[in-house]
Amino acid sequence: MKTITMDVAIIGAGGAGLRAALEIAQQHPNLKIALISKVYPMRSHTVAAEGGAAAVTQETDSLEHHFDDTVSGGDWLCEQDVVQYFVENARKELIQLEHWGCPWSRKEDGSVNVRAFGGMKIERTWFAADKSGFHLLHTLFQTSLKYPNIKRFDEHFCLDLIIENETVQGVLLLDIAEGEIKLIQAKSVIMATGGAGRVYRYNTNGGIVTGDGMAIAYRHGVALRDMEFIQYHPTGLPGSGILMTEGCRGEGGILMNKNGYRYLQDYGLGPEVPLGQTKNKYMELGPRDKLSQSFWQEQKKGNVFKGKRGDYIHLDLRHLGEALINERLPFIRELAKAYVGVDPVHEPIPVRPTVHYTMGGIATNNKTATSLSGLFAVGECASVGLHGANRLGSNSLSELVVFGKLAGQEAALYAQEKKHIDIKILEQKAQKIVQRTEDFLHSNGSEKMVDIRQEMGDTMEEGVGIYRTKPSMQKTIDKLHELKKRYKNIKIEDKSSVFNTEFLYAIELGHLLDMALAMAYSAINREESRGSHQRIDGFEKRDDKNYLKHSLAYYQGDDAPEIKYGKVTITRSQPAQRAYGAAGDKKIKEDIK
Amino acid sequence: MNKKTIVIDILRYRPEMDEKPFTQSFEVPYIEDTSILEALQYIKDHLDSTISFRWSCRMAICGSCGLMIDNIPKLGCKAFLRDYYPNKISLEPLANFPIERDLVVVMDDFMQKLESVKPYLIPGDNACMSSGEYQQTPLQMEKYKQFSMCINCGLCYAACPQYGLDNNFIGPAALALLARYDRDSRDAGSAQRMKILNQEEGVWGCTFVGYCSTVCPKKVDPAAAIQLLKVESSKDYLIGLFKPD
Repeated sequence: MKTITMDVAIIGAGGAGLRAALEIAQQHPNLKIALISKVYPMRSHTVAAEGGAAAVTQETDSLEHHFDDTVSGGDWLCEQDVVQYFVENARKELIQLEHWGCPWSRKEDGSVNVRAFGGMKIERTWFAADKSGFHLLHTLFQTSLKYPNIKRFDEHFCLDLIIENETVQGVLLLDIAEGEIKLIQAKSVIMATGGAGRVYRYNTNGGIVTGDGMAIAYRHGVALRDMEFIQYHPTGLPGSGILMTEGCRGEGGILMNKNGYRYLQDYGLGPEVPLGQTKNKYMELGPRDKLSQSFWQEQKKGNVFKGKRGDYIHLDLRHLGEALINERLPFIRELAKAYVGVDPVHEPIPVRPTVHYTMGGIATNNKTATSLSGLFAVGECASVGLHGANRLGSNSLSELVVFGKLAGQEAALYAQEKKHIDIKILEQKAQKIVQRTEDFLHSNGSEKMVDIRQEMGDTMEEGVGIYRTKPSMQKTIDKLHELKKRYKNIKIEDKSSVFNTEFLYAIELGHLLDMALAMAYSAINREESRGSHQRIDGFEKRDDKNYLKHSLAYYQGDDAPEIKYGKVTITRSQPAQRAYGAAGDKKIKEDIK
Repeated sequence: MNKKTIVIDILRYRPEMDEKPFTQSFEVPYIEDTSILEALQYIKDHLDSTISFRWSCRMAICGSCGLMIDNIPKLGCKAFLRDYYPNKISLEPLANFPIERDLVVVMDDFMQKLESVKPYLIPGDNACMSSGEYQQTPLQMEKYKQFSMCINCGLCYAACPQYGLDNNFIGPAALALLARYDRDSRDAGSAQRMKILNQEEGVWGCTFVGYCSTVCPKKVDPAAAIQLLKVESSKDYLIGLFKPD
């Protein structure tokens, strides 16, 4: 085992981890930063974000508007002090990215352009065509190369945190290519490992989105907050789940059922906006939870297409014309052609809701600190409280940089006040983890990993999907316990130490199973409907009296997680009816009266 | 029921077990819209779990899954069984890179090349956050946008005969990245990057075969970037003749 002494260790080198690293590198050149990723940083799933990043930009817009959109979009489960901090800092952070070279799309005069996005009252989404996450990630990664105090550990898998005196003291890594174990001693650790969408069978996520950081923190007693809130993105490709950005609808794309009818008008999002026009918070520019729920309703009514890769509806961009599609949505055109053989200039794209984002995550305070001393968390793996019960599209890229910077600041401050402890204590701790890891590598059971993974994905879709009932969730929970039992009896064929991906997949599967259980139990305990958590078993309404609170899941080994609740910070927006389309406008008028 | 199958030959190499690489054949179900990556996943899940390959996004943007398919560098997620059926498909790790294991290559040198070209904005004297974003017209952006599309998949290095002969050559992706920042109206770092360009391993290593641009899955056209940089390098040389440092 090799030991390396650093000041701050960052696990995950996507948008949030890189932004945190840059903050520390710039502000504290004396601190040594370990930037750890199980892949090369530019493979991180931030790369796949398409639509853009939100920040108040236009004269006609205001921080209050962005705040209100986010809080009502989250069905009042947002931490409102966090939302306030977010809207105040978002634009500054997007300008910072611009100064680092991010090629945001421009207007003719050279200033940054913005596009419409779902649930946003005014256009405020900065975009780099339809590769916003790609450009954001590469800009951050390339900028990070300027700073010699960022020491990268590419393709290093985090096996565990090293904890002593109830304080994080470092991390234990497996160098994937070399098979070598490395102990990184660090005074503070930032988790920035992304979401857990791979728990579901059909999702927009890359294979690496396996909830690793969430699972590691959770197993050490840190609460996972609001895990029942899973975002289905309304427009993924059937089967593969490949993302067709909300930017398609922001630019004027429409959704139609098999009868060519724009069905969203039947679900509180109308009246229909004429083809070729867009109206913010109407129809296709409603929030993601409502749109995905509408698909489910249409499916029940038999109004969707049946295809060999499952049911779908049409996303029609034809009226936008080839020039606009090539300028604003070139990647969508490329993807639709390659993966479903459809050129959106000439034909509608088949789409359906697929799992996209985990609103919940590692519970942190409003400054990204977790309950475990020295551990911070940021980005999709964290729940800082920005998204509530439903995230608005384009808030998460901004979240990465706003809170990535804050996590960097906080972890650096913390590290400056601490001293390294005796390395021997850490080495003893590490040795135990190494032993446990080696024992696991030698798993010689009879269960096939692929079966467990697929059964997990299917049971999550069935029980903890867009609409939920107690029996369906209970069935999923029972199944997950069975799978967890079978997981203990898996077979790992590959015992080698060089780039052993079978072994890594096995560890990841364990993480996913724990995430699935946290999600399912958090869901079954919430006896109301709010945002992306919709019940159709007598709890169809939001229940602020009993459930205007965050769920907190605590790990209990093989037993059911303990579900507790925490209060929601409300500053200036009292819970109210959440309305879009004409109903939303009517509500605003009444509020003014 | 569809019982069509297709044969895939994979070059295997496990450094702890195998003295040298060998070929292993697999028969997988043929479905026309299955990608090479999905076929590999099928093999790993059902036929041989010990095979290693990199992948993540499945949508040709993360750059992980580059490999040689019938000797041509491609992304596994963006090549499909239908393009080869009914013929046998051969999969090998990216050419010109050392093999780490199976289809996984050693990326260290490639990463160092990217890092060596100062791939970040080097601001001029007038850079100031408080005055908001820089102005950059769509026309100014057009000058570098294409070169900012590189996903770092490494296909162009597998295609580059020059890199294959002498891996001191900085190579297509890194030079395109250099051009991306050099041609950005917000950047003032040309003089610093000129030294990198002018060296023997810089643009003059390129013999303009152009295969890098042919295989690029993102139409970055590194060959064009290198030609543009050669012009800059020549200008710098001429100016240097009249105005030595």
